Amino acid sequence: MLKILKYSFYDLIRSRWSYVYFAFYLLLGFVLLFLNNDVSKAVITLMNVIIILVPLMGTMFGIMYFYNSKEFTELLLAQPLKRTSIFIGQYLGVATSLSLSLILGLGIPFLVYGIFKSEAILDFSLLLVTGGFLTFIFTAISFYIGLSNENRIKGFGYAILFWLFMAVIYDGLFLISLILFEEYPLDTFSLIASMANPIDLSRILILLKLDISALMGYTGAVFQKFFGTSWGLIVSLGVLFLWVLIPVLLIRRKALKKDF
Amino acid sequence: MKIPIIYIIIFIVSTWTSIANTVDVCATCKVKTVKDAIEIASENDTILIKKGTYKEYNINVNKPLTIIGENYPVIDGELKGEIIRITADNVTLDGLFIINVGTSYTEDFSAVRVVKSKNFVIKNLVLEKLFFGIYIEKSSYGKIFHNKIIGDAKEEFNSGNGIQLWYSHHIKVDKNIITHVRDGIYLEFADHCSITNNTSTDNVRYGLHFMFSNDDIYEKNSFQNNGAGVAVMFSKRIEMYNNIFQGNWGTASYGLLLKEINDSKIKGNLFKENTTGINIEGSNRVTYSFNTFEKNGWAIKSRGACYTNIFSDNNFLYNTFDLSYNSKLNDNKFENNHWSDYSGYDLDKDGIGDVPHKPVKLFSYVANRTPEAIILLRSLFIDIIDFSEKVSPVFTPNNLEDISPKMKRIVYDRN
Repeated sequence: MLKILKYSFYDLIRSRWSYVYFAFYLLLGFVLLFLNNDVSKAVITLMNVIIILVPLMGTMFGIMYFYNSKEFTELLLAQPLKRTSIFIGQYLGVATSLSLSLILGLGIPFLVYGIFKSEAILDFSLLLVTGGFLTFIFTAISFYIGLSNENRIKGFGYAILFWLFMAVIYDGLFLISLILFEEYPLDTFSLIASMANPIDLSRILILLKLDISALMGYTGAVFQKFFGTSWGLIVSLGVLFLWVLIPVLLIRRKALKKDF
Repeated sequence: MKIPIIYIIIFIVSTWTSIANTVDVCATCKVKTVKDAIEIASENDTILIKKGTYKEYNINVNKPLTIIGENYPVIDGELKGEIIRITADNVTLDGLFIINVGTSYTEDFSAVRVVKSKNFVIKNLVLEKLFFGIYIEKSSYGKIFHNKIIGDAKEEFNSGNGIQLWYSHHIKVDKNIITHVRDGIYLEFADHCSITNNTSTDNVRYGLHFMFSNDDIYEKNSFQNNGAGVAVMFSKRIEMYNNIFQGNWGTASYGLLLKEINDSKIKGNLFKENTTGINIEGSNRVTYSFNTFEKNGWAIKSRGACYTNIFSDNNFLYNTFDLSYNSKLNDNKFENNHWSDYSGYDLDKDGIGDVPHKPVKLFSYVANRTPEAIILLRSLFIDIIDFSEKVSPVFTPNNLEDISPKMKRIVYDRN
């Protein structure tokens, strides 16, 4: 498995797109910090970008890589190798190289502007951690979608749709249900609903760290009580981890069963 | 010109005896307690309290006296009740250190209470460990300045206010420092008072609190980190100039709360980092000008029944929401404000944006209706609906817009 991971990883590291992705974050980080020299403010702006772009990139890269290396995968399948190690290896290679681009691309400009001296270091690391998680989650899901669909167009469609659902439609449905059921106590519901979507979960985790919770009134207090403690942080990181684990297990099941 | 020395001496001695005597109070003097000194002194005398600790309470100043503390003598009430009560006109209190006021749930014990008196002066006092600080009751034409009130209030129900004016008028409250009490300064039925240059911080409830008080002015005060900021309720013709409201941050907190306020002026104030800058309810004909709202959660939250208010020349800088409105009806006017959110342009370069600015976001409308929805803050979906609402307003008041938004930040000298 490690060999395949290494192969995929180096394959991607050498590819142009990884560099473009890396350069994009590098540029973004520098421009943000150049425009407002305040590190903690840049973290807020960055959050908006990370929450939307990272899942999208993860999805697109994952599905593209999966379909592109299909022939090579089939060749590998003919070898005496475990199926799980082929797919999981490929997946880890893609996700690791993407996260590396993200972390290096954003880390370097912030390092240059002195993140270690700033109080925003914790927020920033949380941002990178959630960014990493989001990459792993959405790459895994796109791999699963790729495995389930022979048809590339369909696969792409589903992957994009999944991203769109998580990033936009989910919040819309969430909002509508909040308005529809406004007569009822909704804090437990909203707590669970936001846990169920990794994008929402990351957003709220970061927002609460940025002391915006007081804005949120009573609901914010409920959330702060949950997420603000180290227990809440552990639980939410655990949920994010589950979001990685479940698609990986699905990939494994699919890979074992699938007839190539 | 030669005046015999004897005449001068006679003159001095005669004025001395006829106008004012000085009664010294100290541990080794003839008069050892403040109470005795007041007993002995005749009207218009000066009582000079030397450095030391005086364990006394229920001191009643019932004649016009000037009571001066030398090097801050301590008057310790030993938590037994009220410490000084002034019941005569023309009393001056100066330079005392008063501690340990008793706590009661039936009586408002205070360090200094002025009852039905005129022309009093209370200055340079330091009050600590208090229930109520300076309590002015049915009095008028007094001055309270340069006092320092440091409480240790934790909860609202068992703490008192720093300075309380009750049924009093024409009182000047200037340059006091008040911290850790329930309400820093509280006015109830107090008209024509001026509150200036005070610092009121870290209080359990409000920094400043008005109730049923008309024609008052407060200026250049600083209200920071109070439980709920400043509340002005059920009052008319209040002028609020050049104050600083900062850091009143918490779920039920705001910089300034206006409730049933009419015909008032709010000018040149700075609202910074409050959960809500100004919370307005049922206030009419109030003008807001040259204020700066910076980094608040909500700059202005209008709760309804607010008519004919004018907001002009204010700066709205980097607030999460500039304005929140809970009705579709708008009778208030917004003009010439600077909005950091403004996305229009100024082609003719006259400093005024060519496109009107709509300060109410759809999301703030939604969040008003369903407070739980606020957890969707900064999500992509919310940005999309905000944008579409901006392009074609459906839910927010159609005429609620600033038709002449300023492109540059409005500069105003707060001094």
